[in-house]
Parts: sequence; C-alpha cells; structure tokens
Amino acid sequence: MKNIGDPLPRVDGPAKVTGAARYAYEWQVPGMAYAVLVTSNTARGRVLEVDASAATREPGVLAVLTPQNAMRLPGPTQGEPPDRVVQALQDDRVYFSNQPVAVAVADTFERAVHAALMVRIRSEPARHTVRLEDELANAVPHDLIAGGRSIPADEARGDVARGLREADARVEQTYETPPETHNPMEPHATVAVWEAPDRLTVYDSTQWVFAVQRKLARAFAMPKENVHVIAKFVGGAFGSKGSPWSHVLLTAMAAKQVGRPVKLALMRPHMFGMVGGRPHTRQKLALGARKDGRLTALSHQSASATSRFDVFVEGCALQARHLYACPNIESKHRIVRLDIGTPTFMRAPGEASGSFALESALDELAVALDLDPLELRLKNHAEKDPIEDRPFSSKSLRACYAEGARRFGWEKRSARPRAQTREGMLVGMGMATAAYPGNFAPAQALARMNADGTALVQSGMLEVGNGAYTVMRQVAADALGLPVEKVRFDLGDSTMPEAPITAGSISTASVGSAVLLVCRALRQRLEQMGASGAASYAEVVQRAGGAPIEERSKAAPGEERKRYTMLGHGAQFAEVLVDPELGMVRVARLVGAFACGRVLNARLARSQLMGGMVWGIGMALHEHSVYDEKLGRIISRDLADYHVASNADVQSIEPILVEEEDTVVDPAGVKGMGEIGTCGAAAAIANAVFNATGRRIRSLPITPDNLL
Amino acid sequence: MPPNPGRRDVLVGGIASAIGLGLLDGCATVPTAPAAAAPSDLVDLSLEVNGQRRALRIDPRTTLLDLLRENLGLTGAKKGCDMGQCGACTVLVDGQRIDSCLALALQVEGRKVTTIEGLARGEELHPMQAAFIEEDAFQCGYCTPGQILSAVALLAEGVADSDGAIREGMSGNICRCGAYPNICAAVRRLRGRG
Repeated sequence: MKNIGDPLPRVDGPAKVTGAARYAYEWQVPGMAYAVLVTSNTARGRVLEVDASAATREPGVLAVLTPQNAMRLPGPTQGEPPDRVVQALQDDRVYFSNQPVAVAVADTFERAVHAALMVRIRSEPARHTVRLEDELANAVPHDLIAGGRSIPADEARGDVARGLREADARVEQTYETPPETHNPMEPHATVAVWEAPDRLTVYDSTQWVFAVQRKLARAFAMPKENVHVIAKFVGGAFGSKGSPWSHVLLTAMAAKQVGRPVKLALMRPHMFGMVGGRPHTRQKLALGARKDGRLTALSHQSASATSRFDVFVEGCALQARHLYACPNIESKHRIVRLDIGTPTFMRAPGEASGSFALESALDELAVALDLDPLELRLKNHAEKDPIEDRPFSSKSLRACYAEGARRFGWEKRSARPRAQTREGMLVGMGMATAAYPGNFAPAQALARMNADGTALVQSGMLEVGNGAYTVMRQVAADALGLPVEKVRFDLGDSTMPEAPITAGSISTASVGSAVLLVCRALRQRLEQMGASGAASYAEVVQRAGGAPIEERSKAAPGEERKRYTMLGHGAQFAEVLVDPELGMVRVARLVGAFACGRVLNARLARSQLMGGMVWGIGMALHEHSVYDEKLGRIISRDLADYHVASNADVQSIEPILVEEEDTVVDPAGVKGMGEIGTCGAAAAIANAVFNATGRRIRSLPITPDNLL
Repeated sequence: MPPNPGRRDVLVGGIASAIGLGLLDGCATVPTAPAAAAPSDLVDLSLEVNGQRRALRIDPRTTLLDLLRENLGLTGAKKGCDMGQCGACTVLVDGQRIDSCLALALQVEGRKVTTIEGLARGEELHPMQAAFIEEDAFQCGYCTPGQILSAVALLAEGVADSDGAIREGMSGNICRCGAYPNICAAVRRLRGRG
C-alpha cells in the first residue's frame, strides 16, 4: 500500500462543493448579536469624541463600544513578536487610517450596520506621512523574523566594493514593489461566546488557533485553557490571518459588554490596513561579473515600510545570501516607519518581492554580458551555501532549470527584444529562479486506534486551502498501513496537540512529520500488543478491553539545521504578449518547475504551486494598495479598485513537480510548497516584458502606462 | 432572457454596500445619515428556496445574501465583499446567476432561488460539483459555491463555446487561491454534455 504521493482528490471536497464546510462566521449560537466596526479616516491623531447617542437610541442596538466606554482589558494586548500590536479601544490614539475606533452591536446585522452608520467621530488630526520616499532618510536596520526564527538584518561575506571593481560588467539599479493587500476571499471573522465569566469559546478565521488562544487569554488575564478556539475551515489567509488582529479582541470585548454571543466580520474595505499587507519596498541591487558570467559581487539592500507602533521587516535580501555562488555578498534590511497599519507576512514574504529585484537585476546583467539569462544562472549555480559555507540538504535546481526550459521551449527565445510578434502582439520570454526555505517548526500530534480498526489523528493546524485534511490523512494511513478510508484527520481546535502556525510553508512539513512519528509510534505499540498487520488492529484493541489506544508525539528540528541550508528550488518561465499600441500585457504561458522534497499528493501540490504562480501574475501586473498621500489612506480598498488576477487574466499555467529526495530537512522529507510558486514569477514576467518591448520596468505593477 | 445573459445582473445595492462607499469611516466628513437608514417595520416575504416555499417576516433592508445566510441558515452562499465585486455570493434566481449581496430579499418575492445546498440531488452531487472535485478546482473552498453556481448558469447561457469564453464568463467570480485553470477545466469537462 502506498498512499503518499497518490493524487487523491480532496477529502473535504464534498463539504466544500455543497456548502457544508463551515467557516468562522457561520457557526450558529443561540442569542447571537452582530457587531460592525467603525474605523477612522484620520491617519494620525486623537479621537476627541465618539457620538453614539443617536445610534444607541435605535431599536435593537445593544451597545456602541468607543474608546470612552469600552471595557479596560485586565492584561496586555500583545505577546512576543510576531504577535502584533493591536488597537482595542484602550486609548484615544489614532495611528493609521481605517483603524477601529468604535464597534456597533445590535440584535440583527441590518441594525448593527445602521447603528455603525449613525456613529459620529470627532477627531484631532496630526501631520501624517505614508510615503516611503519621505522617510527613507530615517531608515534603520532591523532584524527579521522568518520561518519562525530570528535572522540578523545584515549579513556579508568578502568585499563587495572590491568585487565590483574587479567586474567586467556591472548592474546597479533600484527596484520597487508596491504595498499589496492579501484579500483572502473570506473576510476576517470572529464569533465570541462567553460560556462563563472566565470561559470563552471563539470561532475564528485564523492561521493559528494557539496564537488566538494566547492573545485572548493574556488580554483577559485568564489561563489559556479557559479559551477554546475553533477553526475547521478558513477561506484563504495568505499570511493575513497569522496574527490575531484588533477585531478578535474587540469581538470578545463586545460579547462581554452586551452579555451575549457576538459575531463580527470585517467589511472588505476594513481589510485594507488593519490586518496587514505586503509593505512597500525600495531595493538597491549591485551586481558585478566577469566576462564569462561569473559573479564577483552581489549586493542587495532593502528598505521596507512598517508602522509607527510595530515592526515588520520584509526579508527581500534573504535570498541573496543563499542563491548564487559569489565570493563577495552583502545583504541588508532597513525599515521605514510610516503612519500606516502594520504590514505582515504575505505569501512568500520577502522572497516574492526580493526575487523581483534580484532576478530582474540578473536579467539586466545577462543583457550587459550578452549571455543567455539561463546560462548566467547556471554559471553561478551555488554548490554550497555561499555565505554559511555549508551544504544544502538537497538541491535539484539544475533539474528544475532543465525540465522547465524543455517544457517551455526556452530555446525558441530570441535574445534581441522586439524580435518576435504574433497576431500583432509583441512576444517576449523571460525566466527567473525561485527559492523558498524548507521551514520546520516544532509540532505535536496524537493518533488513536479505535476498537473498530479505524484511526483518528489530530493536530491543531488549519485547513486554509493547503489540503491539510487530505495529505495528513495520507501520511497517517501510510504510517499505519491502513487504507485512507479508515483514517480520519482532524484539525483546527486549540484543545488538540499544538501545531505551529499554518504559514511560511511550515505546516505540511512540520505537522506531516509529527503525524508520521505519532503513527509510527502507534503502529509499534499495537505490534507490541500482538498486532500483525493493519487487519488485526481492531482485534488487538478489543482484546485489550476495547478502549482506544492512543499515542502522542512531537516532531522538532535539531542540530541538522545548523549543518545544512534547506531550500526548495524552482525555475519560472514566462511568455507574455504585449499590445504595442495599448501597452496591455497578457501572460500567455507560465511554466514553473519546482523541487520541494517529497510530494505528498501530486494533484494538490500542483494546485498549490499553480495558485502561487497566479499570485505572481497579480504581483507583476495588477496588485497595488494605492495610498492617497493627503488623506493618508488606501483608496484602492475594494476588489474593484484593488485588482487581483481574475479568471480572464490567467491563461496557461503549468506547474511541474521535479523529483527530489531529502532525508535531512524533516522526518517527512517535505519542503512546503505554499509560497515557492510566487517566488520569481513576477521577475520572469517582467523579464519577458523586457524581451517583448525592450522596456525595463523596475517598479511593480507593470501597468499599460509604463509601456506606452 | 435578458439581452446580455453573460453579464451579472446588478440589482440594487444593499445597505451594507454603503460601507464600501466610505460612509462608515470618518463620519465627521459625512454630514447626514444616508438614506434608507430609518428602521422600518418588518415586512412579509414569500419565495421559493431550493424547491421549498418559504414565508418570512423580515427587515426590509435585508439583502438576499443575508436572508439566506442569517435567516435561513443557508451559509453556502458566501459573503466576500458585499459589493458585487467578487461573486462569492452567486446564487440562481429563476435559473439566472446573480450576486445575492446586491439584491434586496424583497426583490425576489415570489421567485425561485437555488443555492449550492439545493444543487445536489440528495447524496448525488451535481455533475459540476463532481467536476470541481475531480479537477481540484478549489483550495480554501470559500469562493467555490459561487463558482459552481456561476458555472452551471454559464453553461445554461450557451455562450461558453471556447476557453476564452469560459474564462471571460467566469471572471465575475474571484478565486484568490488561484485555481482558475482548474475551474476552466471543470467547466470544459461539462461543456457540450447538454
């Protein structure tokens, strides 16, 4: 029997296609009240007065929480970073536009909306800055958090200045990526039910039930066991639901104040600012190379925006540390404080935005050297980690280049821009390298064998579209030697064994390893009890009295993380069609070949990579949280103004799985695939646009006005 | 049939879409409360949902989407934007796809509404539901009911005669997980099956 790698259809498919899958806002509790946020339009200042008198006179209105009357939380509202600083009506300060400043609560949704519309805010604005350029002079270094660990802001090896002097060709350019907003289809939502004055049940749309549990327990000064967090299905997240934001506390506060269960969902416009986004970045690249293409210098310096009151660092320059063989490397991160909501991890944080700059610069270097861009990358293929001077746990990048180039037809590319046309359109081809860390964080799981020979496996991870219900069942079935139908995997509950955040491509590798270990342990125990093969499990449990036999295990990274660099790799190839008259860019084809260790389910893996690549199209051509600098707010704050790739924008997407075995990275041999599909994709498209038009676009998104 | 059935019918903005217009924030800049704000008495509504006649007394401000989700417990219709921009709330009214967040419940008085809960025949999935599973045409699943109902209506509209037409016809339904190529494959699978 072999379940791992089997392209099993999603086991939660029937629930998702029939509407039976229940997302946070859809949990029904008797006596439910509805809450709606009121947010500031001042970007910085103080709330002088919230006049809710008219609102509270309306029928059905239960309360309007304001900075004046909201309960004082007995505990701190923030834990260890990356837990976020939130605004829970504990003071009158306004730090960014769209910050919550009041919460209207009523017995129906319509009445809550009506009440929210009647609330009047009087505020005292202060001078604000939302432009990165205005504060660049005040940029300061800051360490990062990535893959669940702290990483120094700066790293270097050799002497970049000397490397640039020795170079035959140099590229020194600045690249820019705009602020972006995650926009999962399911708006953030929380249902709060106080079962007793010190016992809280919360249904939340989150990537980490344990973070929600800890934040609520801390703020309300309760033992964490008193907070029960449930999230069976999450309607997309992409990093925006990784930290519990203001609305989670506000919903629990509202429920406490009105003495009823309360549910709250953000309106789509609320999602622009208060629940994070990818920060605006300005990146300086300096590359030097010999005539034959070998790099002599690689410098990547990134400045990214954060808020005045909290820190997020976009790790744009991290890949420069591991991706190419070069004797002289420097990689630096700076933050720039603005009057905005705190940015956060957004699908391939750092890698997506950083690879746009790095891989665009390499394309420019290839032009300067008159080398094929793929050849240039092969010339600089790193056999070992260039900064850490240690081996990779596995690396199949050459195979990715080869397989991707073959399937794409890279040999048909003309090096000269504007050389190919099709039906009046300029045709361009571009490529880029993709890389994303093979992250692994401590994870726990339990496995239980029932008297009927079926198994239950649990871990408190989340189903966010990652296929967790399906692949964990496959891992468990394999380890137990059972058919998948006899195994159930359950998740999304803070009473289950603790799992790491479902983010950062951490979760399948980490929980997959925990599930593997616990199922092996259970199998061993059953064999010690006399089982010989899966068919005898039921009999063994019955003979022992019939009570389920249970094992718990933990998987955690060890010393091997210090001896090896662990990365998933890939190669992205893009073909674009550019209308020479209108400047419209269409991505005709995107081919990506990826090697990420063991593939648990080829069907779901391809989907995840495909989704990441679609994000690359959005990043290259569409996505931009546009600020009005005067008002200090995002004005593209709905899905008509904030453009994401729609069906008509996406033509041929071909993700290819390149075989790779990694016996070091984690017990499951898995490197997560949630983000690598986005890495390099925007650069491959931008490089293809250059190939089509001869225009080098160094600032995303590539809109038609750039090409006219 | 309307002259341009490929386009989503845009009815009247529900009250919640006022928030999208920026009325909720910085109310200091909004001199008067918006129209339709006055609470009204409950009104009677009768309609057919998934083959069942339903008679209710509702707040006249209730959108069809909120009626389905909050009053009838049919949460398969999803709220993604409440402004008719994402398609997650797509349902069929007399066989035609609409954004249920843009329709007041009262506007569908006496009409037949089909939600995702009414698409399967008992345990047997509708072929479009089965095709979505087979083609892995979703990930998180939140946009999926809307995508499926939209796809069913698209085929009924008879305009999905090319891949480009499928893509165009399905572009009112955003999938942030990026499953578009698989969504097209699912629709293609059923095209021409009648």
